[in-house]
Amino acid sequence: MSAHDIERIFREEYGRAVAVLVRRFGDIDLAEEAVQDAFATAVQRWPADGVPPSPAGWLITTARNRIIDRLRREASRDDRHTEAALLHGGSLAELQEEAVDEEIGDERLRLIFTCCHPALALNAQVALTLRLLGGLTTEAIARAFLVPAATLAQRLVRAKGKIRDARIPYRVPQAGDLPARVRGVLAVIYLIFNEGYTASSGERLTRDDLCAEAIRLGHQLHELMPDEPEVMGLLALMLLIDARRAARVSTDGGLVRLVDQDRRQWNRAMIREGQALVRRCLARNEPGAYQIQAAINAVHSDATTAADTDWRQILTLYDHLMAVAPTPVAALNRAVAVAEIEGPHAALTIVNALDLDRYYLFHAIRADLLRRLGRSSEAVDAYDAAIERCENAAEREFLERRVTELR
Amino acid sequence: MKQYLLSIYQPDGPPPADLDLKRIMRDVHALRDEMKRAGAWVFSGGLHDASTATVVRVNDGDALITDGPFTEGKEHLGGFTIIKAADLDGALDWGRKLATVLSPLAIEVRPFHDETTH
Repeated sequence: MSAHDIERIFREEYGRAVAVLVRRFGDIDLAEEAVQDAFATAVQRWPADGVPPSPAGWLITTARNRIIDRLRREASRDDRHTEAALLHGGSLAELQEEAVDEEIGDERLRLIFTCCHPALALNAQVALTLRLLGGLTTEAIARAFLVPAATLAQRLVRAKGKIRDARIPYRVPQAGDLPARVRGVLAVIYLIFNEGYTASSGERLTRDDLCAEAIRLGHQLHELMPDEPEVMGLLALMLLIDARRAARVSTDGGLVRLVDQDRRQWNRAMIREGQALVRRCLARNEPGAYQIQAAINAVHSDATTAADTDWRQILTLYDHLMAVAPTPVAALNRAVAVAEIEGPHAALTIVNALDLDRYYLFHAIRADLLRRLGRSSEAVDAYDAAIERCENAAEREFLERRVTELR
Repeated sequence: MKQYLLSIYQPDGPPPADLDLKRIMRDVHALRDEMKRAGAWVFSGGLHDASTATVVRVNDGDALITDGPFTEGKEHLGGFTIIKAADLDGALDWGRKLATVLSPLAIEVRPFHDETTH
C-alpha cells in the first residue's frame, strides 16, 4: 500500500465522504476538514494496518467521530457548527451512537446539485464540483484553469459562503425543476471536458487530466441517475471523443484533424463503452442534444478509414440535432456534413448565413470550404480571421500551416 | 424559515407609454395576496422615482446632504418585497413569480442575516 494508492482511494471516496457529512452536519467546510484529517490518519495507519474492507466507510466514520469530538469540545461555546449540528437534528450522544450503527448512504447526488446550483457563477460551479466531488486540490484546479491559486481559493470561499448564507438547498430538485437542473449539471461536466479537450488558452492542445475528471464525474452521475438518457448521452459523447485523444495530437504536439488521424491509435475499449451507451440511450426514445452528438461520434467511430464515414447518417443525425437544439454551432457542424454530401458550395451558403463571427471555428470551417472551392485569397483571409480568434497555440499553429500551404 | 429581500430594479424616468400599468398593479396585488395566503409575505412597498432620493452622510459629526440617488447608473431600486422561505429555491420561486408579473424587469433575491444570530 503506497501513498499513491491511498491518494487514489482518497480521490475516489472523497466526494462520497464529504457528501454524507455535509448532509449530517450542514457545513461544507467542517465536512471537508474532517475528511482531510481522516485521510491524514489513513496515510499513517493503512500502510501498516492494511486498507480497511470499506475504505469509504472507514473515512466517513473516522471523519464523523472527528467532527463529534470537535463539537463536544465546542459544545459550551456559542458556535455555529454546534448550532448547525443541532439544526440538523439530534443530540451529540445520538450522533455518536449513529456514527457506529448507521449504514452509509450515498448523498453525492445532493452534493452535485448544490455545487451546480444556477445561483452560483458558472466558474464557481466548476471549481466546487471539481473540489468537492472530484477531490482535486485547490492548487490542481487553479493549474488546470490557469488562474492563480489564490483567485481560485477566493472563488471557492465565496461560493461556499453563498451556499451557507443564502441557504442554497442540499437536495435533489423536485420533479418539475429536475430537467433544467440536470441540464445545468451536464453543462458543468461538459465544460470541464471541453476545457480539457481543447485548452481554451495556453501552449498545449489538451489537458488530459480534466478530460479524465469529466469522464469520472460522468460515470458517477450515470451511476446515481441511471435512468436519465441525457446523462448517458453525455458520458457516451465524452468517451467517444476522448477515445481519439492519442490520434489527435502529433508527436510534436500539433493538432491532427479527424480525417487525417491514424485510427489504429483510437482507444477501442472507450469506443465500445461509448457505443453501447449510445445504443442504450437511443433505445429509450427520449432524444436530447448530448445523445444525438454521441450518436454522431459513434458513426465516426464505426468508420475504419475517413473515406468509409457514413456522412448520410451523420447528416440525418444533425437534422435531428437541429430539431432538438437548433444552435448556430450545431448548424455550423451540420454544414461540414453537407459539404461531404452536397459539396463545399452548398455548405458555404449555409455557413455564410450564420452569425458566429466571434467563434474561431466558424472562420476555420469557412476557410476550408473556400480552399476546396479554389477561392484561395478569400480562404487566406478567413484563416487569418480564425487565427486571430483562436487562443490555443496548437490549433493556431495548425491554421498557420494551412495558410502557408495556400500562399 | 429564512427571510429574503426581493428587489425590483427598473430604468429611471417615466414608464414606456404602451405599458399597461393597471394590469401590472393588479397582478402585483394578486401576487402579494398569494404570498400572504402562503404565509410567505413579510413586507412590500413601491418607491418614487430615484430622482426623488436624497443622500445623507456624516463625517466628524457633520451631516452632508446631497441630491441622490446614491448609486450612478440608469437603473435603480424601484420597490421591494420581503418574504420568508425555507431556502433559496423557495425564495427564487417567489422571485420568478414577481419577475413574471413585472417582466422584463430584473428581480434581485438576497438573504437577510438569520434572526437567531443577531
